[in-house]
Amino acid sequence: MPTITYIDHDGTERPIEAKNGETVMETAIKNSVPGIDADCGGACACATCHVYVDEAFMDKVGQPEEMEQSMLDFAENVQANSRLSCQIQISDELDGLRVKTPESQH
Amino acid sequence: MDLSTAKSIVVIGGGQAGAQAVQSLRQFGYEGEITLVGDEAALPYQRPPLSKAYMKGELAEDRLYFKPSAWYEDNKVETLLSQCVEKIDRANRQVLLQHGGHLDYDAVIIATGSRPRPLPVEGADLENVFELRGLSDVEHIQPKMIPGHKLVIVGAGYIGLEAAAVARQLGLEVTVLEMEQRALARVTSPVISSFYEALHMEHGVDVRCGARLGSLKGKDGKLTHAVLASGEEIEADMVLAGIGILPNIELAQDAGLPCKNGIIVDEDARTSDPRIFAAGDCTVRPLAHYARTGRLESVHNAIEQGKLAAAAIMGKPRPALDCPWFWSDQYDIKLQIAGLSQGYDEIVVRGDIKAKKFAAFYKKNGRLIAVDAINSPPEFIASKRLIMSGATVASETLEDTSISMKEIAAAAA
Repeated sequence: MPTITYIDHDGTERPIEAKNGETVMETAIKNSVPGIDADCGGACACATCHVYVDEAFMDKVGQPEEMEQSMLDFAENVQANSRLSCQIQISDELDGLRVKTPESQH
Repeated sequence: MDLSTAKSIVVIGGGQAGAQAVQSLRQFGYEGEITLVGDEAALPYQRPPLSKAYMKGELAEDRLYFKPSAWYEDNKVETLLSQCVEKIDRANRQVLLQHGGHLDYDAVIIATGSRPRPLPVEGADLENVFELRGLSDVEHIQPKMIPGHKLVIVGAGYIGLEAAAVARQLGLEVTVLEMEQRALARVTSPVISSFYEALHMEHGVDVRCGARLGSLKGKDGKLTHAVLASGEEIEADMVLAGIGILPNIELAQDAGLPCKNGIIVDEDARTSDPRIFAAGDCTVRPLAHYARTGRLESVHNAIEQGKLAAAAIMGKPRPALDCPWFWSDQYDIKLQIAGLSQGYDEIVVRGDIKAKKFAAFYKKNGRLIAVDAINSPPEFIASKRLIMSGATVASETLEDTSISMKEIAAAAA
């Protein structure tokens, strides 16, 4: 099982064993990672699961699709490595992935 | 009333609002007992996918749950599932359970949700007549989703249309009956209604507006036909009713709490009893950006009121109120709705309806009050902000796709 490390805005690291096929958002919610709301449950409808992907994993994670990109355009504090975590599906390839969560989604 | 020293909180209802309230109570530092009483057998789960990806078989059941069962143990939340509450005894501060026994409380959060409005026709009790609200409904419906079978959906609301899309994609023959003159008549404008009618017809759904169901006919207790008020008979292997919901207000009513098509709550989700809160579909609440009260059937509302109740109990500052929002997935079309369009006096369409990428903006006295955004997330997100700030935006500007929504939002800020 791949391990995903979530890093809080204050630097606290939480390594979590994730399930292939679930999303980075689902893994966070089920393990009570703070900083991710995911109000719509992963329908790419609310932009409250914004994370920053570690630069080293940008290629493996891939580019956001159009729908996600336009949601991100309006999120707070967007950076080049911003993604909606409900749109990142976990696979063995992403083992070791590090994502930073914002202090708040609003 | 200061409840931050409460020792025992009972949450009645295990849907989105109840689940949120429980999570928020722990998040806000509540350390006393929490008992979540739910009448379904399952732990709290997401309902929206039931008429979308889950119904279609594209989402595994374990992905519906908000939290794994270990979360409830770790957070010392006692869950009483498949249990109904008989009564809230306010004088003795007890919640009485239907199977006997009671729970003492310092505070109660009523999150009883809503139930499907029953089909008011003869034959509604026949085999293969379904409604769609909970996991167990989908368990009954799914095995009947057989390619080539004939499904008649009663009600062209969001649930009915989403189910129609799933059924078509699974290869069923689908007829949708709507007694109003257009689909989605109660919730949106004619522009959006025509779009969805055309979309479903394009996918082979027989959409019948102005068609009132007269009765359901069967043989040996099993459904065979839907009979219209006009007398026309439509062959049916299965009927799905989606004619709206009724808020579950009976417990509150019996406890003497003021209700009016919903449990009346204030801006903190508090009822007239300072120890009793209510959240989600079952409430009538102040609508912050609309200077009126109303009942909202949505994920946004369930989450927001769950948080409001928990914050009020814990004496925390009131969480920021969001503009109401909703979504619907049908075929490859994502509809995102921000705001409440009731009472609009002007519609502005931006984008290309034929290309299935457009937004209908609703204005009242020049102010933007709502948007229906079809495959148009920027229009949705930007509008949320514009609606909350009470912005007025010129219609010519909204129509002009050469000006981005980002620019429009920035100019109005």
